[in-house]
Amino acid sequence: MSAAPLFTPPARDPSRSFQDMILTLHDFWSAHAGCVILQPYDMRMGAGTFHTATTLRALGPEPWNAAFVQPCRRPTDGRYGENPNRLQHYYQYQVILKPSPSDIQELYLKSLAAIGIDPLAHDIRFVEDDWESPTLGAWGLGWEVWCDGMEVTQFTYFQQMGGFDCKPVAGELTYGLERLAMYIQGVDNVYDLAFNSAGVTYGEVFLENERQMSKWNFEVANTDALFDLFAKAEAECRNALAAGVPIAAYEQAVEASHVFNLLQARGVISVQERASYMGRVRDLARSSCEAYAEKMTPEWQAKYPGWSLV
Amino acid sequence: MADFLLELRCEEIPARMQAGARVELEKLFRKQLDADGISAEDLTIWSTPRRLALIARGLPLETEATSVEVKGPRVGAPDQAINGFLGRYLAKQEELVERNGIYFLERLAAGRPISRVLQEAVETLVRDFSWPKSMRWGEASVSTDSLRWVRPLSGIVALLDGDVLECDVPGVPVGRETYGHRFHSSGPIVLHHADKAHYLSLLAAEKVIVDHDSRAAIIREGAAKVAADAGLMLVADEGLVIENAGLTEWPVPLLGRFDEGFLDVPPEVIQLTARVNQKYFVCEDAQGKLANAFVCTANIAPIDAAVVVDGNRKVLAARLSDARFFWEQDQKTPLAEHAKKLARITFHEKLGTVADKVERVALMARGLCEEGVVAGDPDLAEQAARLAKADLVTEMVGEFPELQGLMGGYYAAKEGLPQEVAEAIRDHYKPVGQGDDVPTAPLSVAVSLADKLDTIACFFAIDEAPTGSKDPFALRRAALGVIRLIVENDLRVSLKGLITCAWSYAAFVDMVNEIRRLQSGTTGPLLLSHVGRLQPHLGFAAKSDLVSYRQVDGKVDNWSFSAMPWHQIANSIAPTIDPAPVIGFFLDRLKVQQREAGVRHDLIDAVFALGGEHNLVRLLARVHALQAFVTTEDGANLLAGYKRAANILKKEDWRGIEGEISLTGEEDPLSGVDDPDLAPVIAAKMAERHAAAEHLSYTPEPAEKALIDALDAAAPRAAEAVAAERFSDAMAALATLRAPIDRFFEEVTVNAEEANKRAARLTLLARFRDAVHRVADFSRIEG
Repeated sequence: MSAAPLFTPPARDPSRSFQDMILTLHDFWSAHAGCVILQPYDMRMGAGTFHTATTLRALGPEPWNAAFVQPCRRPTDGRYGENPNRLQHYYQYQVILKPSPSDIQELYLKSLAAIGIDPLAHDIRFVEDDWESPTLGAWGLGWEVWCDGMEVTQFTYFQQMGGFDCKPVAGELTYGLERLAMYIQGVDNVYDLAFNSAGVTYGEVFLENERQMSKWNFEVANTDALFDLFAKAEAECRNALAAGVPIAAYEQAVEASHVFNLLQARGVISVQERASYMGRVRDLARSSCEAYAEKMTPEWQAKYPGWSLV
Repeated sequence: MADFLLELRCEEIPARMQAGARVELEKLFRKQLDADGISAEDLTIWSTPRRLALIARGLPLETEATSVEVKGPRVGAPDQAINGFLGRYLAKQEELVERNGIYFLERLAAGRPISRVLQEAVETLVRDFSWPKSMRWGEASVSTDSLRWVRPLSGIVALLDGDVLECDVPGVPVGRETYGHRFHSSGPIVLHHADKAHYLSLLAAEKVIVDHDSRAAIIREGAAKVAADAGLMLVADEGLVIENAGLTEWPVPLLGRFDEGFLDVPPEVIQLTARVNQKYFVCEDAQGKLANAFVCTANIAPIDAAVVVDGNRKVLAARLSDARFFWEQDQKTPLAEHAKKLARITFHEKLGTVADKVERVALMARGLCEEGVVAGDPDLAEQAARLAKADLVTEMVGEFPELQGLMGGYYAAKEGLPQEVAEAIRDHYKPVGQGDDVPTAPLSVAVSLADKLDTIACFFAIDEAPTGSKDPFALRRAALGVIRLIVENDLRVSLKGLITCAWSYAAFVDMVNEIRRLQSGTTGPLLLSHVGRLQPHLGFAAKSDLVSYRQVDGKVDNWSFSAMPWHQIANSIAPTIDPAPVIGFFLDRLKVQQREAGVRHDLIDAVFALGGEHNLVRLLARVHALQAFVTTEDGANLLAGYKRAANILKKEDWRGIEGEISLTGEEDPLSGVDDPDLAPVIAAKMAERHAAAEHLSYTPEPAEKALIDALDAAAPRAAEAVAAERFSDAMAALATLRAPIDRFFEEVTVNAEEANKRAARLTLLARFRDAVHRVADFSRIEG
């Protein structure tokens, strides 16, 4: 008697289900480039790039291939659920490949084909768009990828991170999942997206969240408490740095960055103060990256003789 | 002869960098050939987003043999060393040439085969290629010394006639295989020889049009055609043509429609949204109105064009929704309210906020109307100036800075402000470039002039004048704008007066700010006066009853301005800065601008050097008349006569009758001038001399008499004509002097032996010189 499989996964339907699109991307990257499929970082952050799997792992000589979904918080983009495209919370799909493989563009295009985008039916274009994050002391060259005129992915070759040259360079792909799904499903309003194949929509999952969180971001959040949180995160970052645990310090920098975004949304930071707060966040993030790179360097050099941080 | 094909394939090159890359490729390749003393009969460079290609035809098979001097041992070195050297070069002792104690040997280096030259050329140019931004990639990037390129360099084709050129570019395969269109072609294409037609046709078969000009033509003509097919006219945009040609290997223009409802948004906004964000063309209907259509350029021959068009339509709709949102949102706040936010924007750290600038410009725009420089309503001019910068803080201008002014004009019109106010807001940045129209409506002229003059005057006041190629605040462009506004609108106004005025207003606004700070108990630097030049003089203002305030415990608690109009208060503040450098700056700009119109810069100097002419319109009229005159035969001869007269006067050190005072015999010629006892004596002597000069003490020679008569007639005529601004008449008067002066020089000896004749003749020449001088300083005229 042969053992019947307990479970056979159903065929994915990425063109009619948001979650199937994500699962297809997981399947794809899991099967390519030896990627580890990670879960989201459990902190509020403005972009997938802040995930330590991207920032910190872009440093150092070791190969690193990972893919994950990262929920992103952009408090000022909230529209109380009334705008068909803008959300204060949305998902990015990140792929980081280090060193950047020579067929990275082909791999990326295959992943688009896997979720149902035929490049002979749709006009795919690589349009210059370089990336820079002063906060992270990072920059890279690349493109925004257009599908019939719509930006669906940010494609970057990291050249520097935390103020250090990337040795080697990592390729980073950031897919805008909602946009991509809206395109594939032919939907004009994000809340009309089919979340799964069983009739649940994106609106059912997130519309009420958008309403309440927009209100909280713009109107309710206690600004004294936020200023306090910012100061505490800043202090804790310094504390962690002093104690030689730069990953913990980095988390506090991420926290401070998000609290700053909330303060922005509450409109309590003047133009003059804005630059100063950004400078403080930048200082935390860069110090953490630097401390991490410096802490890891002996280990990296042991594994890769001749490699140097600078 | 040999032909060479080089193709450098990489991931998508930014469209804006491709033209520069073609130039760079050609430059580096030619440089390599030049270094070997060879050249190609014909060089072609092409680019697509994914490749740079070069085809060189008619290359020599090898370089010329060259003579090389080899350095040997020094003279007197041991025989062993000398023989060793000779042996190495198979040379004989007598071939050695001795120079500076060292032996040299002439040797002929054989020509190098072209393959070697090209190999080096390829390796060098890949290494030395300069991109605006370049990057590292892949495994090799573990070292920062790895190859850099604009995006990863993926492969090279290098064919010398039919053979693959051997060359080594680290990590990049070199061969005869290339690739076609990213989606329409698969697998490598094998190239057999370095031939244009072969290369173009094989790639075209794989849907790559290598020649960028051909792609541009397809887009230009194709876009126009799809528009015409829809009964529309494409709005031509060559920049977009080039950009789309740089984004595609197989361009396919497609026309789509957007919701007509968006046409409520100003057409400039729609065009800019389509152009900047999406790189689409727009179209017009038969009446020249913007149509609800766009043309996008796909990089594929799509299975179903409608699908691609529909996707693009959706993206454009989302963009236009944003634009419409801004358009509607901005209108919810009146411009006057928007303008308040300008107090938060720094114009320049030493010049205050944009609100401060607006204050200055408003005063000046009003002043220009009240003084009658511009025939506009002062209240409306001030209103327009106060609102002119308000659109800078609107959402729309935040998104599209190039719409500044234009949006303000639209919003003003929507608010129901007077049409001329809306137009002045819209046009006050004009003229922006050389080809740009100059405003002619009085309010627009007033605000535009005030805005630019304020910028120039204030930056000069804080020592931020342009130097060399550095002009960070675009003052040269502003000055050119001022010149064109004045000249093209025939504004009879003194430039010096305008600049002084701008400083007065600046000082005044400073003063008002200071009073406000005193009133609120805050402190802050005076913006302009802290450089120590503009003194707004709070005390002065109070003394002159312009303002009154009371100070209690060091705090001002009550202040008020007099009932005088503000601009009059401002006018009564005299700035202490020397306007000469600003005037000089304007004069230089004027010369540059007029040079293009064929006006000689030396003639501008000749008129300006007379001093006191700060009215540009009058100055130019005089310059034009002068130019017309000096290019005639009479003019050229008169100029020669003038120079001769001036030279004689200079050589004789003739200082006129007063100058002859030194003949008293005193060592210091002026020693007696201030002596009260001597004064009447000197005065009497001078009167005698003047009388003598008027009535010659001898009978003049005929030529001398003729010049005197001609001068008596011409000098007052010329002076009168200048005063009446009839400059051609002034020149005509001068022309009558030409024959007499020529004759005078031919027939009369100036340096006569008799002192009275010499003095009279020198005086006559000085009179001639001065008469000419009253029209223009001929000594500044070249030739």
